[in-house]
Amino acid sequence: MIRKPSLIALAVIAAGAMSSQVHAAKVPAGVELAAVQQLVKGNGAEVATLDPHKTEGVPEANVLRDLFEGLVTSGPNGETLPGVASHWETTDNKIYTFHLRKDAKWSNGDPVTAHDFEYSFKRGVDPVTASPYSWYFEKATIKNAKAIIAGTTAASELAVNAKDDHTLIIELEKPLPYFVSMLYHTSTLPVHKATVEGKGDKWTRPGNMVSNGAYQLETWTVNERIVLKRSPQYWDNASTVINQVSYLPLQSQNAEMNRFLADEIHMTYEMPIEHFKRLKKEHPDSIKVTGYVGTYYYQFNTKQKPFDDVRVRTALSYTINREAIANFILGQGQTPAYSFTPEIVDGFTPAPQAWAALSQKERDAKAKALLAEAGYNKDNPLTFDLLYNTSENHKKVAIAIASMWKKGLGVEVKLENQEWKTYLDSKKQGNFSVARAGWIADYNEASSMLSLLESDNGNNDGKYNSPAYDELMAKSRKTTDANERANYYQQAESILSQDMPVAPIYQYVSARLVKPYLGGYPNNPLDNLYTKDMYLIKQ
Amino acid sequence: MFVSKEKSQAIANAAESLEIEGRSLWQDARRRFFRNKAAVVSLVILTLISLLVIIGPHLSEYAFDDTDWSAMHVGPSIESGHYFGTDSLGRDLFVRTLMGGQISLMVGLLGAIVAMLIGTLYGATSGFIGGRVDQVMMRVLEILYSFPFMFFVILLVTFFGRNILLIFLAIGAVSWLDMARIVRGQTLSLKRKEFIEAAHVCGVSKWKIITRHIVPNVLGIVVVYATLLVPSMILFESFLSFLGLGVQEPMTSWGALLNEGSQSMEIALWQLLFPAGFMVTTLFCFNFIGDGLRDALDPKDR
Amino acid sequence: MTKFIFKRLLEAIPTLLVLITVSFFLMRFAPGNPFSSERSLPPQVKANIEAKYGFDKPVVEQYFNYLKNLVQGDLGPSFKYKDYTVNELVAQALPVSAKIGAAAFILAVLIGVSLGTLAALKQNSWIDYLVMSGAMVGVVIPSFVLAPVLVLIFAIGLKWLPAGGWNGGAVQFMVLPVVGMMMHYISSIARIMRGSMIEVMSSNFIRTARAKGLASSYIVLHHALRPAILPVVSYLGPAFVGIITGSVVIETIFGLPGIGQLFVNGALNRDYSMVLGLTILVGALTITFNAIVDILYAVIDPKIRY
Repeated sequence: MIRKPSLIALAVIAAGAMSSQVHAAKVPAGVELAAVQQLVKGNGAEVATLDPHKTEGVPEANVLRDLFEGLVTSGPNGETLPGVASHWETTDNKIYTFHLRKDAKWSNGDPVTAHDFEYSFKRGVDPVTASPYSWYFEKATIKNAKAIIAGTTAASELAVNAKDDHTLIIELEKPLPYFVSMLYHTSTLPVHKATVEGKGDKWTRPGNMVSNGAYQLETWTVNERIVLKRSPQYWDNASTVINQVSYLPLQSQNAEMNRFLADEIHMTYEMPIEHFKRLKKEHPDSIKVTGYVGTYYYQFNTKQKPFDDVRVRTALSYTINREAIANFILGQGQTPAYSFTPEIVDGFTPAPQAWAALSQKERDAKAKALLAEAGYNKDNPLTFDLLYNTSENHKKVAIAIASMWKKGLGVEVKLENQEWKTYLDSKKQGNFSVARAGWIADYNEASSMLSLLESDNGNNDGKYNSPAYDELMAKSRKTTDANERANYYQQAESILSQDMPVAPIYQYVSARLVKPYLGGYPNNPLDNLYTKDMYLIKQ
Repeated sequence: MFVSKEKSQAIANAAESLEIEGRSLWQDARRRFFRNKAAVVSLVILTLISLLVIIGPHLSEYAFDDTDWSAMHVGPSIESGHYFGTDSLGRDLFVRTLMGGQISLMVGLLGAIVAMLIGTLYGATSGFIGGRVDQVMMRVLEILYSFPFMFFVILLVTFFGRNILLIFLAIGAVSWLDMARIVRGQTLSLKRKEFIEAAHVCGVSKWKIITRHIVPNVLGIVVVYATLLVPSMILFESFLSFLGLGVQEPMTSWGALLNEGSQSMEIALWQLLFPAGFMVTTLFCFNFIGDGLRDALDPKDR
Repeated sequence: MTKFIFKRLLEAIPTLLVLITVSFFLMRFAPGNPFSSERSLPPQVKANIEAKYGFDKPVVEQYFNYLKNLVQGDLGPSFKYKDYTVNELVAQALPVSAKIGAAAFILAVLIGVSLGTLAALKQNSWIDYLVMSGAMVGVVIPSFVLAPVLVLIFAIGLKWLPAGGWNGGAVQFMVLPVVGMMMHYISSIARIMRGSMIEVMSSNFIRTARAKGLASSYIVLHHALRPAILPVVSYLGPAFVGIITGSVVIETIFGLPGIGQLFVNGALNRDYSMVLGLTILVGALTITFNAIVDILYAVIDPKIRY
């Protein structure tokens, strides 16, 4: 069910010279379209903002992908497709030249130029904008980004320059072969300079906003809905089928499901795991499950006793019956995770570690021995708190794993749930023993996952510190050879399986209800969906 | 006018005799309470539920935290031993419903008691004394009422960690506010009544008037409102769990079970019905006992 | 009367000030802040965001700045919904909550008082038992159970009504939320009304009226209803504020853009200005309705003095 994006296709794109074969709603011959092309989507939560340089969440990204178009877009299978840039080239993976299509227009009719992108990238990285994702530019190693974020260099020094109206040159600090695929991200979307500067903080309001995507903002009622209508100025407007798309911020999965069943929305944001089996039976053609580049894991606080002891961590990790979690508790198609990098990630497939090949019984036996070795037994049982943020699903997984640890190792675990912000605070402060965590890749490359466990990463909440691991990751960044890099990643994974700073549990999927008459639903591993690719079929 | 004067006289007399023969009043009330069939039956049922909730979990072959992958969402059945079925993790619902009752009954009772004690005294004092005191006491109530309670709970968790006592503290903190307003309203109306004025004239102290005359006379509404509070507090506890203060898994409460049941009623209705059934039954019992108590303690019937 | 209202208004200012002060400082003690997120921000970025919203200044200074803006009617920017100010969001959400709340409130009072009175007059008959059993179930079954049941039956099963949405408050979109919201209140009001009515009906002046041979419907309407409704009025003061400031459960289930969602999301996201703004709103409403209730007391029972 989980597919790898076509690597060959990607290689071709990266090599440059792309014909402008673009993805858009491709209605197969013989399909009759519905008369009314108005799509309604559940969107999980109210968007925090519609300013691409102030967002960080998934709900915002979903809307922004329809409103704005970046240099490139993410295709139905996760491949890189041209967006505003019709083609691009690089000789050294360090200096990228993007050639912008000449027919791209803003919704007010202005042409989209390389200067717009230059302005937008600089705005995104400028400390004055205070973008919560400005670090993304640093991660993409765009020249001077680091210094600009640190406040030592002016934002105008960012090495993103418009050579002319239709040529944009981006210079990186070091070669980064997957740089282009990082440009799907919403923080790299363009904004309209005159509007942003003219309307100030109110530029994202309906009536004010000028966007360059297939859709433009029609209405926005906070906590009720955001309505977008197709933009006649969009360069590929002829291929767009859906005329209007509404995003509903439905926070309750059950309420969302009911709205779907009452035929009020065409596509949900998520679906409740409790109901998966029932829905599969009653509405088998409405269920869409696609792989999602992310891993759900438990994190050990390696600075706290006894979790500084690798034997304790390994024992706990081994005892987790991942098959049971993936198949019985979640059962939506999630797969057990034995490595930190999910298997569907592009360009690298983690080879199975030795321990993953053992049966659960063998693992349990090893775990028992390890824990005994570490000095824990019946008379001196290991006890600790397991931290998770309040949510039905996290609760279920925690209960199940606590019960596995209790049965398998005699470990006494106290569950501790906290509401989101308190949980974040506890994790950042190192106020936990073992904590639930999850990570979704920002871009489809293993480093988006693996860099998390480097000792200097701000999100390495378990304070895992392995010089060997850090060195491997540093090497992986330096190499330009894809095979060599994959080799470093594999070695890094091996270190993780020995040190077990985290216990990977399962690989995410995105599971949702989609009306069978919604055509063009893609299989994107980053869950990057574009309404312009979809169409409603006549029932 | 003439009738009520006579009555207030009688009450004043009763009030005096009350001081002399305090015990006999309570004996009297007890006798009257036990004559009330509905109240006695309810008391018996409530006692049974309490016993079941304490002893019941030991009677099942299952433990409250035993997960069973092969028995998830299993309907109620006698053969399997899952009398109430199982939950989404295959845990026995019979045991869990009873376990949940332990905390919920405590929380419900505590909420009602705190509301009755603090709420009644606060409201009666404020209403009876009136003037400045009333103003200040009511403004304090308004502040407490409007305060963003979620932050209070989050702070409790942060500073004191997880502790069962904190649940009671949080419940106690909110349960009495409405009660105080209601009692004050009744007191305002009562304090101009002749028998209160008579007591005043007779030189009875304010505190005594409040406890001996006002409070017994507002008891009717207090009891009614207290029974309404019981389910609210039981549900409120599950909201506390959401913020990380309430009962922690794998322990449970009726509120938490009801919440889980409501998520899956299309597929496993029993997960909703059993805890709801227990709650409704308990509430009926509280209600009839409350009515019985009020009748037994009603000063007008003396 | 004017003097009473004027006095209350004067009292409201220190009350609100205490409320604001306590809330303002207590909120800051809660772990996390509006800008903490799963992905840690580089320190420089964090500093910039904090500077933008004035978080870099001492808390006391922030407090006085807040008060200064408040006096001008400005509740500040929302930290969570970054494109809006608290004023704008509240102005958008309050009419939604108020409309649903007012409908639920009026219906609940009418139905609750009638049912309670009926049960009291027919004490210990099957009508009484029926009403009271219904009320008991209504009190126990929370809205998070009732609302989905209504959706299952009327939206998914019968397809009579929409399962959610607001659409400017069209009637068909209001029915289920209003029903889901009012059941608890109907039950509570009926229960309180019954108890109080029974007590009043057994009091001496009613007996006198009966002895005079007045029709019992006349007695109920002209003599008993007034004193009997007093505790209901006490209950309704705070309840009304709760109703019109929205129920997060109902709003989440039906996808309504009301105050309840703003408040809970505000608290969970540490959107201090949002929570504080809504706290002030709730405070002001509470003070107002308590004052109205006090006036109503005097109308209902002319003997009442403060």
